[in-house]
Amino acid sequence: MINTRDILETINMIQEENLDIRTITMGISLLDCADSDIDKACNKIYDKICKKAEKLVKTGEDIEKEYGIPIINKRISVTPIAMVSAASGGDPVKYAKILDKAAKEVGVNFLGGYSALVQKGFAAGDEKLIRSIPEALAVTDRICSSVNIGSTKAGINMDAVRLMGQIVKESAKLTKDKGLVGPSKLVVFCNAPDDNPFMAGAFHGAGEPDCVINVGVSGPGVVRAAVSKIPDADITEVADTVKKTAFKITRMGQLVAKEASKRLGVPFGIVDLSLAPTPAVGDSVAHILEEMGLEQCGACGTTACLALLNDAVKKGGVMASSHVGGLSGAFIPVSEDAGMIDAARNGVLSIEKLEAMTAVCSVGLDMIAIPGDTPAEVIAAIIADEAAIGMVNSKTTAVRVIPAIGKKDGEEIEFGGLFGVSPIMKVSTASPAKFISRGGRIPAPLQSLKN
Amino acid sequence: MRGIITVIGKDKIGILAQISGICAEYGVNVVEVTQSILQNMFCMIMLIEIEKANIPFTEFAEKAKKIGEEQSLVVHVMHEDVFNSMHRI
Repeated sequence: MINTRDILETINMIQEENLDIRTITMGISLLDCADSDIDKACNKIYDKICKKAEKLVKTGEDIEKEYGIPIINKRISVTPIAMVSAASGGDPVKYAKILDKAAKEVGVNFLGGYSALVQKGFAAGDEKLIRSIPEALAVTDRICSSVNIGSTKAGINMDAVRLMGQIVKESAKLTKDKGLVGPSKLVVFCNAPDDNPFMAGAFHGAGEPDCVINVGVSGPGVVRAAVSKIPDADITEVADTVKKTAFKITRMGQLVAKEASKRLGVPFGIVDLSLAPTPAVGDSVAHILEEMGLEQCGACGTTACLALLNDAVKKGGVMASSHVGGLSGAFIPVSEDAGMIDAARNGVLSIEKLEAMTAVCSVGLDMIAIPGDTPAEVIAAIIADEAAIGMVNSKTTAVRVIPAIGKKDGEEIEFGGLFGVSPIMKVSTASPAKFISRGGRIPAPLQSLKN
Repeated sequence: MRGIITVIGKDKIGILAQISGICAEYGVNVVEVTQSILQNMFCMIMLIEIEKANIPFTEFAEKAKKIGEEQSLVVHVMHEDVFNSMHRI
């Protein structure tokens, strides 16, 4: 029999340290649903999603009970809708509504893919879809949206950056009475991955198979607990401990992914080995960094600790799964992480420090509330900065900022549930308006002469 | 298919009997039992076989958990694969 210590360790991880499978996400291609008639296309989409994902939620629940591992979310990602709506024309919000209806029918809590990929320029349908995002997010409940505005190979589309600054702001205005849900479900990417299972940035890339199962694991609490058991170890040992723990967590994800794929008769895509924090006590990435020896997240040394953490998580996870993909690494969403919230409240963690951290974490400026009167061009410039970090470092970066309409820095907003609470962070008020108004493209960076 | 039952809580008379009692009731075969006291907590681990069980595994897990709750014990019934995949390469 497996030894007692190992068994108890696993039980403890689930019971005390919040180990869970964060999401089983079914990727569904909608390319075969495109039609020149928008109503026909909507019908095909509804039918396909309902058929493919009919048993997704039930299967997730069965696995959860049988294996005793909590599986928090069951979700769907679809082909970027801009590709489908390019064929039909018409009002893209129709697609959002039908996707919302399908999501409710199959019982998933989020459906991602109201997206456009415009890193090099706008194709048919792209601009129209982007302009419809604020309305689409306001009239639906479960739709998530993302736009890829840059990549290492293509550079940054500054026209799209300028537009997204306005879209984020408008999205906040349209949902200001609904807890600002609009911008919290909208991600602006550079180097967006095609197989990411995590919301709000999930979509089903064009190179993906017809239907696929991707699993996102989590477990910041488990890593923190493991690091807390070696208070006097040197950093080499800390990295090794994180690696070993990430391995164990990922094995759980691999098991669930394999089982879900078998039961649903859908190929297994990837395991995304991310540390995704939640506002729950003990489920914080910031607390891992603090456990490594920082007084508070945001102190000098935070970037170095995060770099170590992010890299060790990947190294441990890669060995544990047959296919790793998605965002894989440590997330740093401010409002969803109890330690980050505290650090931001104390003024230790600033948006500038967060920007530096995004150069070494797995995503970017995530779930950060900014003053409601922040101009659209400043938001666009935040997006441009973040995309530049991603483009130059060949990594995914993203921006999900929430303009807190009617509030100033120092105040707080509460999103509720997994989205948590966020202190509103101070943003530089010097104007980048001229730069943003120029438009055009930032050319793709050189891949050699790396200094 | 094999599963693992873990029982953690304050030691008291009859824990083993109760848990093995429901195993017998639902046709679950107990293959191996280990128990120890860890920091004053009673800790029992049972390896079970459920091929011949007369109720589905998930239902059995629910029932075992409920009995645990009545006795203020934490009872988990989990698929063996969870532990195998996590601790063995």
